[in-house]
Amino acid sequence: MAASPHGAAPTTAGFQDCRNIWVQTLETLAEADPRIVAVVNDSVGSSKLNSFQKKFPDRLINVGIAEQVMVGVSAGLANGGRIPFVSAASCFITARALEQVKADIAYANFNVKLVGQSSGIAYGELGATHHSIEDLAWLRPLTNLAIIVPADAWETAEAVKWAAAHEGPVYLRLSRMPVPDLNIPNRVFRSGQAETVREGSDVTIIACGTTVHLAAGAADLLKAEGIAARVLNFSTINPLDEAALHAAAATGAIVTVEEASVRGGLGGAVAEFTSTNKPVPVERVGFPGFLPTGSTDWLFKEFGLSPEGIAAAAHRALARKA
Amino acid sequence: MLTIDKLPLIRDKALWMRRTAFTMVHKAQLGHPGGDFSAIDIMATLYFGVLNYDPKRPDWRERDRFVMSKGHATGALYSALCAAGYFPEEWLPTYMQPKSLLNGHPNRNYLPGVETNTGPLGHGFPVATGIAIAGQITGATYRTFVLTGDGEQQEGSNWEAAMVCGHRKLANLTLIIDRNRLQQGAGTEETSGLDPLDDKYRAFGFDVDEVNGHDHAALLALLSAAPGTKPRCVIANTTKGKGVSFMEGVASWHHGVPNAAQYEQAMKELV
Repeated sequence: MAASPHGAAPTTAGFQDCRNIWVQTLETLAEADPRIVAVVNDSVGSSKLNSFQKKFPDRLINVGIAEQVMVGVSAGLANGGRIPFVSAASCFITARALEQVKADIAYANFNVKLVGQSSGIAYGELGATHHSIEDLAWLRPLTNLAIIVPADAWETAEAVKWAAAHEGPVYLRLSRMPVPDLNIPNRVFRSGQAETVREGSDVTIIACGTTVHLAAGAADLLKAEGIAARVLNFSTINPLDEAALHAAAATGAIVTVEEASVRGGLGGAVAEFTSTNKPVPVERVGFPGFLPTGSTDWLFKEFGLSPEGIAAAAHRALARKA
Repeated sequence: MLTIDKLPLIRDKALWMRRTAFTMVHKAQLGHPGGDFSAIDIMATLYFGVLNYDPKRPDWRERDRFVMSKGHATGALYSALCAAGYFPEEWLPTYMQPKSLLNGHPNRNYLPGVETNTGPLGHGFPVATGIAIAGQITGATYRTFVLTGDGEQQEGSNWEAAMVCGHRKLANLTLIIDRNRLQQGAGTEETSGLDPLDDKYRAFGFDVDEVNGHDHAALLALLSAAPGTKPRCVIANTTKGKGVSFMEGVASWHHGVPNAAQYEQAMKELV
C-alpha cells in the first residue's frame, strides 16, 4: 500500500475523479443485491469505500495489507455465493497477487470483480513501484478475464453495473486522474465494443481510459489541418472488438494511446491484430518503461500523452501509410 | 458412539483409494504418489465420516467444502471424489491423458466436487478462508476443511490466511496439515524448518490438535467434533508413501512412478 496516498488531484472545471461514481454505483448495486461484498487490503480510504463500510459493515472485508489472501479470499467468497468487488491499488492487486489472479480467479473462473484503483501513473512522483503500467500486458493473456478501462464518469458507472451483472471474472481498471465527460449523445455501454468518439477515415486513434479525451483533443487539432481522424474509445481490452479493428485498419494508419506501457497493452493488442489480419502502420503512445520522477501531469506531457503528442504520432503513422 | 460405525467403511474406502491412485499413477507414469498416500486416510475420513455433501448436487449451497490445497495430490483427490460418487470409475484411466478432465492438478471447471483450482502451493488456504468468511457473514451452517502439505506451509500466503482466520475467529474452518515431514527433495526441517508448527498456529489464534494422520478413529473424532470459537488446525502426522513398504518415508516417491514390478508389489501389499 501507498504509505500516504495522494489526496484528490486538483480538478479542472468539469473534470471528475471517477472514484466517486465508482463507489456511488457500487453502493446502489449493493443495496439491491445482498450478494455484493467489497474486499480490500487496507484500501478503504483510497478506494473511497468509507461510506460503503458504514452502510454495509459486514460486507466490507478488510484482510489487511495482504494482497495474496485478498484475492484468494475473494475466490472463496465467490464459491460461497457472494459477488466480491476487490478494490486495491492496481499495482498491488495485479502484480503482488498475479498468481492468485491467474489461478484463483481467471483459471478457476470465479465470479470476482477485480477493481484496480489509481491505475497507470496516478501515483506520479511515488515512482515505478506504485505505477501500474504493466497490468494490461500481464492480464491480457488471461482470455476469460474481461478487462474494462472506463474513459469517464458515465462509463465508470456503466462498467461497474455491467461487471456486477456479468457472470465471470472482470478486471476494472479505474483511475484517480480527473477526466471530463466525453459528452457523447445517446450513449449505451456495450462491453466488448469500441465506441466512436470522433468520425474520420484518414487515421484511427484507438485510446482507452484517461487518454480518450486527449485523443479527442488530438482529432480536433488534426481536423484544423484537414486530417479526419477517427477516435475510438476502446474501453474493453479483453475481448478485443475485432470488427472495430478491421475498420480501423481500413483507414490505413493507427495510433494507440494508453496510460500504460507501450509493450503488451492496448497497443500490443492492436499490433498483434493488425500484423495478423491487415498490416498497417501502428504508432503506440504510452510509456517506454520505468519512468523518471515527476507528477502525473508532467509525465503525461513528457511522454506525449497530450493532444499535441497524439497528433504528432498520427503524423508519424500517416507518413508511413502506404 | 455413532461414529464407530463409520470406521469399516472409511478403512475400505482408504484401501480402494490407495489402489486406485497407484493404478492411475502407474498407467499415466505421472503423478505424486508419496503425497497421495500420506493424505488418503485423512481424505477417506473426511469424505466417508465427516463431510456433508451430495454428489448429485455439487453446487448445493449448504455443502461442506473440502479444499485440496496440495493440488498435486490428484491421485488422492480424484480417487476420493470418484469414491464419493462425483464421477464414474470409467474416467479414472484417463488421468493426465490428452483432454482428460483429470488434469495433473484439479480444475473445478472440469470436475464436479472440486471447490477451486489448485496446484501452485499456498492457494487453497486463502480460498478456503474466503469460503468460511462467506459462511460467517451469511450465517450459513456449512463447514470448510482445507488440506495443505507441510512443505507448503513455507508459502507466505498461508500465513496471510492464518492472520485473517484468527482475526475473524473463523470457527467454521478447519486447516489440516499433512505433516509427513518431507518436501520434494528433502526433509522440511532441513529445508526451511516449520517446527514448532503447533505454537505458530496457536499464536495465530487457532485451536491446535495433533493426531496420527493414519488413525481413522482419531481423525474421525477430531474432524467431526463440533466447531469451537476459533479456527481449528489439525496437524496430522503422516508418512509419505504410507501403505507401500518401499515408498514409506522415501522423498523420491514425491513424484516417483512405479515400474511394473513395483506396481505388482504394491498391489500385493495393499490388501
